[in-house]
Order: sequence, then C-alpha cells, then structure tokens
Amino acid sequence: MSQILILGATSVIAEYCARQWATRGDALFLVGRNSERLDLIRNDLLVRGAGSVSQYCTDLRNIEEHKFIIEQARTHLGKINIVLVAHGTLSDQKKCETDIQYTLSELQTNVLSTVSLLTHLANVVQNQNEGVLAVISSVAGDRGRASNYVYGSSKAFITAFLSGLRQRLTPFKVSVITIKPGFVDTPMTAGFKKGMLWASPQSVAARIVRGIDSRQDEIYVPGFWRVIMFAIKSLPTSIFKYLRL
Amino acid sequence: MRATRATETVLSGWGNFPKASALVYAPVTPDECRSLLEQQLIARGAGRSYGDSALSSTVISTAYLNQFISFDAQLGILSAQAGVSLDEILQLSIPKGWFLSVTPGTAAVTLGGAIASDVHGKNHHQDGTFCNHIISIELLTGDGEIVVCSPEIEPELFHATCGGMGLTGIIISATLRLMPIQSTMIKQTAIKATGLEDICEKLAEYCDYKYSVAWIDCLKQGKGLGRSILFLGEHAATGDLCYRKKEPNSVPFYGPSFLLSASLMRLFNEFYFGRFAAESESTIPLYRYFYPLDAINNWNRLYGRKGFIQYQFVLPEHHSREGLQLLFNKITESGLGSFLAVIKRFGPANSNLLTFPMHGFTISLDFKICSRLFTLLSTLDIEIAALGGRVYLTKDSVLSETIFKKMYVNWEQFQAVRERYGAMDRFSSLQSRRLGLS
Repeated sequence: MSQILILGATSVIAEYCARQWATRGDALFLVGRNSERLDLIRNDLLVRGAGSVSQYCTDLRNIEEHKFIIEQARTHLGKINIVLVAHGTLSDQKKCETDIQYTLSELQTNVLSTVSLLTHLANVVQNQNEGVLAVISSVAGDRGRASNYVYGSSKAFITAFLSGLRQRLTPFKVSVITIKPGFVDTPMTAGFKKGMLWASPQSVAARIVRGIDSRQDEIYVPGFWRVIMFAIKSLPTSIFKYLRL
Repeated sequence: MRATRATETVLSGWGNFPKASALVYAPVTPDECRSLLEQQLIARGAGRSYGDSALSSTVISTAYLNQFISFDAQLGILSAQAGVSLDEILQLSIPKGWFLSVTPGTAAVTLGGAIASDVHGKNHHQDGTFCNHIISIELLTGDGEIVVCSPEIEPELFHATCGGMGLTGIIISATLRLMPIQSTMIKQTAIKATGLEDICEKLAEYCDYKYSVAWIDCLKQGKGLGRSILFLGEHAATGDLCYRKKEPNSVPFYGPSFLLSASLMRLFNEFYFGRFAAESESTIPLYRYFYPLDAINNWNRLYGRKGFIQYQFVLPEHHSREGLQLLFNKITESGLGSFLAVIKRFGPANSNLLTFPMHGFTISLDFKICSRLFTLLSTLDIEIAALGGRVYLTKDSVLSETIFKKMYVNWEQFQAVRERYGAMDRFSSLQSRRLGLS
C-alpha cells in the first residue's frame, strides 16, 4: 500500500489516477479547490477500495498555506510515498497578450505556486530518503509557440525546475517525474475542436500510473508526442519563427 | 464556481443517423449542472441510443458525473452518479458476487441512459426492465431542484423518468439493486427452430429459463424462411468471479459499401447456422453471452458513413403470430433489412409511462440508411400501431408524431408530469420535438 498526496485532485486526469490507486487499496490525501467535487471524488475512491481518503479544500494559489497543507498530509498519511502535482490552468493566450494582470496571475498559478509546493515537498522526501514527485508539465513547455507561449513558458519553467530537482534528489533515492501530456479531452480543454491527436483522460492516467510505477524520469503521454516534440524542437529558429503551430 | 465552457461539435447517436451540430457542456458537479439550466437542452450519457434522442442544439454530457456514491456488498445495493457506465459497475460488483439484475446488450451505456431508456435484457420475461430494479433516482428538474423519486416517493415523477428519454430532467444519480451470482459463467443452450412459428412456440415453451433470445436468418427464402437459433441461458453455479475482458478490437474506419452485401452475408449465415447442432450446450463467460459486440469498438462503423437505423418493435401477445409473419414478410421482401434479426418474448409491461416492453414478441434488426428505407419504415410503423404494438424510442429516429401518440397511449399523462415539474420547453431533443413532446 502506498501513501499518496494529490495536489489538484479535482483535475480529471488526477481523478483517474486516483481511481487506479484506490483499487490497489492505497491511502490518499486530496487537495483541491471545489469542495462539492472533492466530496464526490472521495466517496468514489472509498467505494473503489481506497485504504483511506482525506481531503483538504483550498486554492493552491494561497502560497502561505502550503506548509500547513503538507503537514496535514503527513499527519494523515504518515510517510508520503508518492506526490502527484496536477494543479494548474490553461492560459488564454489572446487575453494574455493584452491583460498583464491576467498573465501575471496565470504565472502565479502555474509557476509560483508549483515552485512553492515543490520546494516544501522536496525537503520532505529528501528527509524521508525515498519517494516520488510526479508533476504534470506539458508538451507545450518544450518550445514556445505563438498560439500559447504564456502557458508554454510556464510549463517550460516547471520542466527545467524538475530537471534540476531530479539531479538534486537522485542521491536521496527520490524519483522526480516530469509528465508531459499532449492534447487531453478534459474540462480544461472544453471548447477546443477535438481531432486525431486528442487522448482520453483515462488512457493518459493509465500511462501516468504506469510511469510512476516504473519510476520513469520523463513521460510523454501519449508516447507519440515525444516524436512530434523532437521534430518541433529540431526546427531551426530561422524557420520556426515563420511557422504557425 | 467556474464558468462552464461548451465544445462545439457534430453529434449523432450510435446509428450515425441523423447527425446534428451541438454545443456540448460537460459539468463536473451537480451544482454546475444546475447553473446550465437556463437553456433548452437534453442530457447525454455514452451516446449509445441509436437515433436522435440525445441530440439537441445544447447537450449536457454526463461524462464527468461518473462517481460511485456507495456500495453495500452485503445487500448488493449500489448508488452511483448517472454518468457511470454499466461496465464500470460490473468491474466493481462482479468480484464481490453481484451482477446487474437486468442488462442490455452492451455494457457501454451509462446508468442514467439505461434509466432514461428503461432498457431491457434477455430476462425480461422473468425480471422486467432495468428500472424495475431501481430503488430511487435523484433528478435535477427544470426548476433547478434536485428531487428524489422512487416507486414510493414522488411515484409519478419516477414512472415518467424511467423510460422518459431524459425529458423530465437530468438524472444526477440512482440507487439500484443488484443480483447475486456464484460465477461469471453462463450455461448456454442453443436450440434450432425451423421457422417463425416454430421459434415463437419455442420462446414461449422455454420461458422457465432465466435468459432467452433468438436470432433469425433474414436472408433465407422459401423453405426455411424464418429459421432461427434460440439461445437460452442460466448462471452457472460454479466458476470464478472474475470479470475478465479481452481488450476490444476496433473498427478504425467506416466500412465500404460492399461489406454487408447480401451474398457475403448469405454465406455468413449458412456458415453460422450450420455451426449449430439441433441442440447444443456450452458454458461461456458472461461478457461473451451478454456483450458479444462490446468486443468490437465502433462496430457501428461497419454500416458506413451514412449510418443505420436499428428498428425494434413489439406486438402484443394476441396479435403477435400473424402480425410477425406479416411484418417479417414485408421486411424480407424489401430486401433492405440486416442479415440477422433478434426475436424475444417479453413478459408483462411495467407502469412506466413511456416504457417500451409489453407482453408479446419483439423483433429487432438493422437497416442501412438508403432512400427507399423511409417509406418502408413508415409502412411498418402504421402496421405496428394498428396491431397495438410499438416501436422502441431508444432506437428511433423517424417515427411520426401521430403514430407515436397511437403507440404510447400514456403520452398525455407523461406531458402532465413534465408540466408539473417544469420540464416543458426546458428538456427537449430532436426526437421529442419530432414526436410532439415539446
């Protein structure tokens, strides 16, 4: 049985990961913003067989609360074997281009609050001398593109941050896992036209859980995004700047 | 609360006919559902009804309202949100020794959809419909209230909602009674019948078996017209409680037109019907017995891009024999029907206002969409109404308002309940507008 902390637990991808862990009988601590949904998810996980489920309702943009939340999780779980960080928003690029307040608030959500959480958590797992920090970044972080560079650059920050954190924590038997989903059909992407490249949150969650089981460093989900992003990263800037991707 | 964004898309039912563009909202909580009630809309689960009953310009998808609420493994009582699929229920309940009291031919449907269609299964003659095993329903009505209804509490709303095609409100959650099983194996007996009359007699004769259904060869002409195989089933007493499933295969694209041609299918039927001895027994896993087509994702694409209509009707017992002969002849003469049809004998009807099953024989078959089809179907609709029978709304996309109102005699009562709970002009689908249930 694992003790698992999920930050952003009302995200649909996180929920489907939690369902798989629940069927294994794991103990879960859920942190999310929507209390009605947290209650629904908690009941569901208990029915599916979770060893125990505790929850904490908060907006993770309140950085001052982070230390307290993690202490709560440790009280409920004891040791923390796995942390899944799934909180974040998909920034509206067009709005970002004119509304600086909005852009800064997006960075607050997607960068600053994640950095704060990871800094606290890194120390916890380092002291434990074991654990997994799995964080949802995005393929969008691999190269900034006109269509979503605010979101992309916030995820690029996370990817680079995790790369460094991985180096730091490897001697302490801690795995740091960078999860890079492509297009996933979730409430976050409602309004987008869905096509061939879109994946279901169930399949993405199944891949994430497998990746965490096998302690992979970096997971592209679905796997074909590794090829697509390799191609996009390989384009010379002199050409890339003229493209609309 | 977060403002729900809609996805603009083109939807169809499982028959891929008709298609309609829609704004789809996928709320993540019941509260969010409530906030969307301003507009005219219809709820949609897995989209497995065949026609236009889950199509509208605004659609509420229950995709994320799919959590379990509670499960009592001692009593076999389960509560879940409407968007949970029967397959998910089985994954949870089978290892603990519980099966659905009534199951349709696919486990891909949602709990909410199964209630709204009041689906039936191969044990209708013994156990009634899916809704006969529903203990209670939480319904979001047009007034924005979540009302609990059951056969005892708000019974009129309950009997309108069960089989009500989503027109009384949005089903949020439901509690149902499961059936204990000792094993996931089914003892199947297959018996050959020589013609339509013979199969009708056999279906009545073998009604002690829990499950019974028969397949008719629709391509056989002359001697052997209506030859069939009756499949009887009982739960085995021994075996394990493992709901194993092979990963389904997929039909990756729409089938070409020659795929289901008569000559190819005649060959298939000869092979298929030849395989069985006059009477044979076998023991097979329940997912193969109940959900053979779930092994092929998107099997509906075999009918091509234009889609198909699955047509199911029932005739009351006293008109069944001659009526079936008449209708079956019309269908085979037209040459438009599928190569196989399914026939079953229903037990008595329940008291749900728009429920489909009634005591008598039901036939179901597929028609690939073509221009001649619609004249045939309207002729059949008229004959069926005249014989006191009805057509299954869950598979319908062409029935006219006049014929519908002849077939479903409780429609006025149904409208009165909708009126009382603020459902009029609030919950509506392409189907409800066609049938004059605005």
